[in-house]
Amino acid sequence: MNKSDIDVAIETSGLVKVFGEKRAVDGVDLTVPAGTVYGVLGPNGAGKTTTVKMLATLLRPDGGEARVFGHEVSREPDAVRARVSLTGQYASVDEDLSGTENLVLLGRLLGYRKPAARDRAAQMLEAFGLSDAADRQVKTYSGGMRRRLDIAASILSTPDVLFLDEPTTGLDPRSRNQVWEIVRAIVAQGTTVLLTTQYLEEADRLASRIAVIDSGRVIAEGTPGELKASVGAGAVHLRLRDPEQRAEAERVLERVLGVPVQREADPVALSARVLTEVADGGVAEQAARALAELAGNGIRVDDFSLGQPSLDEAFLALTGTPADDGAGDGVPGRVSGSGTDEDAADRARHTMEQGAGV
Amino acid sequence: MSTATVNDQDVRVAPVTAQDLSAVLASGQRPERPSALSASLTFGWRAVLKIKHVPEQLFDVTAFPVMMVLMYTYLFGGALAGSTSEYLQFLLPGILVMSVVMITMYTGVAVNTDIEKGVFDRIRSLPIWRPAAMVGYLLGDMLRYTVASAVILAVGLVLGYRPDGGVVGVLGGVALLLVFSFAFSWIWTMLGLMLRTEKSVMGVSMMVIFPLTFLSNIFVDPETMPDWLQAFVNNSPITHLASAVRELMAGEWPAAEVAWSLGWAGAFAVVFAPLTMRLYNRM
Repeated sequence: MNKSDIDVAIETSGLVKVFGEKRAVDGVDLTVPAGTVYGVLGPNGAGKTTTVKMLATLLRPDGGEARVFGHEVSREPDAVRARVSLTGQYASVDEDLSGTENLVLLGRLLGYRKPAARDRAAQMLEAFGLSDAADRQVKTYSGGMRRRLDIAASILSTPDVLFLDEPTTGLDPRSRNQVWEIVRAIVAQGTTVLLTTQYLEEADRLASRIAVIDSGRVIAEGTPGELKASVGAGAVHLRLRDPEQRAEAERVLERVLGVPVQREADPVALSARVLTEVADGGVAEQAARALAELAGNGIRVDDFSLGQPSLDEAFLALTGTPADDGAGDGVPGRVSGSGTDEDAADRARHTMEQGAGV
Repeated sequence: MSTATVNDQDVRVAPVTAQDLSAVLASGQRPERPSALSASLTFGWRAVLKIKHVPEQLFDVTAFPVMMVLMYTYLFGGALAGSTSEYLQFLLPGILVMSVVMITMYTGVAVNTDIEKGVFDRIRSLPIWRPAAMVGYLLGDMLRYTVASAVILAVGLVLGYRPDGGVVGVLGGVALLLVFSFAFSWIWTMLGLMLRTEKSVMGVSMMVIFPLTFLSNIFVDPETMPDWLQAFVNNSPITHLASAVRELMAGEWPAAEVAWSLGWAGAFAVVFAPLTMRLYNRM
């Protein structure tokens, strides 16, 4: 083992999993640095869960290799299990038992003696704000509470690697923020977190590196900034006072910026991606000229922003299909499916893969 | 850094603070892995907790056996042995065997419904003795079989069953039945892991259990059956078990039948436990 390996928590090369005829994971290469949050981003059915299941020793790879802290997952599964912890996509806690019972049970299975397991369970419930619900059956918990208990169960004894498979899917924004706080606290303690998500915002907020996967392959990898930069220099978003003026504003912008301008669903909103090549004298300067031109034409602008493209836009550019495949539920994403045949086919495929993966 | 917001209804349940978290995380040294026995007993405890929270699931080990005893005693008693109380002396140990062996079937259903849930993924990713989860199910089920046995014996005593073997004979019979059931249940854990839905587990289990329990000496003496059927019935594990339990409870020591029963139990465990674990590991 060479020296650089010491800082690598997870390494996969050419990882493959086949379900029937379908290559759910089709040659995935990942290198996850220790002590960081690594995001695996992709739509439903991209192969995220299957990848995590192989890394957590729940599925046997059909090809390639995967190492967790140097231990190969199919040759030394017990060594891997001793270092990892998994929070599955569907709450990995027992609904029939109470919060305390779930944690005591798991504590015993991790090797705590009974009094220690009880203490540990109480500590965890306290830290996760679940003390009041400790003796209630988990089936009475809200989605957010259940997810917190789930994560508490995963870090009952601090793992070296924590797999979080879509930890915020289906949560309301407040619960989602809590989960994010928890993830940050966990990684601050030195645990490596591998997080899968279909929410671009989530990967952007939490992960220091992101792999974008689609149809079982990694299609892009890098820091959130790198991913965005690979797509374009920046994006302009603006909202007008008067929807009547949108057509005129569109013409002005296209003239000044020299790029196609998109109409958003909101009748007063427009957006445009500014390309580096055409950004004569810098993106900011060009945007300023556009604003001046709009004002000169008597168009009132209520809101104007200039930034890097969102990860949604990056995803769209990378895959050619919108990231939001209709399965999203309330987490903001600017790009939405346009309802073309390609989209429908895509959705159908995702649904099928999902079925095969479970 | 705080995530709690004021004027929030369940603010008492909600707050998670980074400081609290850091403190508990820092004290989370992973202990030594538990022994095989300890892990299995913990899973057994899980089964007991489930009974505590969902006591309705004891229905199959209480109401069902009572129904079996009453039905068969009064249905067949007069015709087969001249009187119901006469028949009961012969039938009760057999009904005990039949009910408990039939109840073992639910193990497969329990395993099957459990793997549908995410909790199974977590269990399978733990560094513990691999068969512990399955052994735990069976340990929990032993408790259910004990309950069922007690219920049947109580009903039998009320109806007039008087075992000559006394307490020792009865306990011996029940112990043999529990050992056999534990070993036999590995068929169900295998089916529970192998088949896709709860319904198919139920269906296949019925196909196995009905012929196996009815084609035995539980209800009638095999002497009256055609030769080909006798050949099957006389060599069925359930016949050996029913004979052993019946004679133990009658105060005899049926060494050969006990040996046959234990031999069959060993065979079931040796064949189906590894098959179960193979499926469990490859799931």
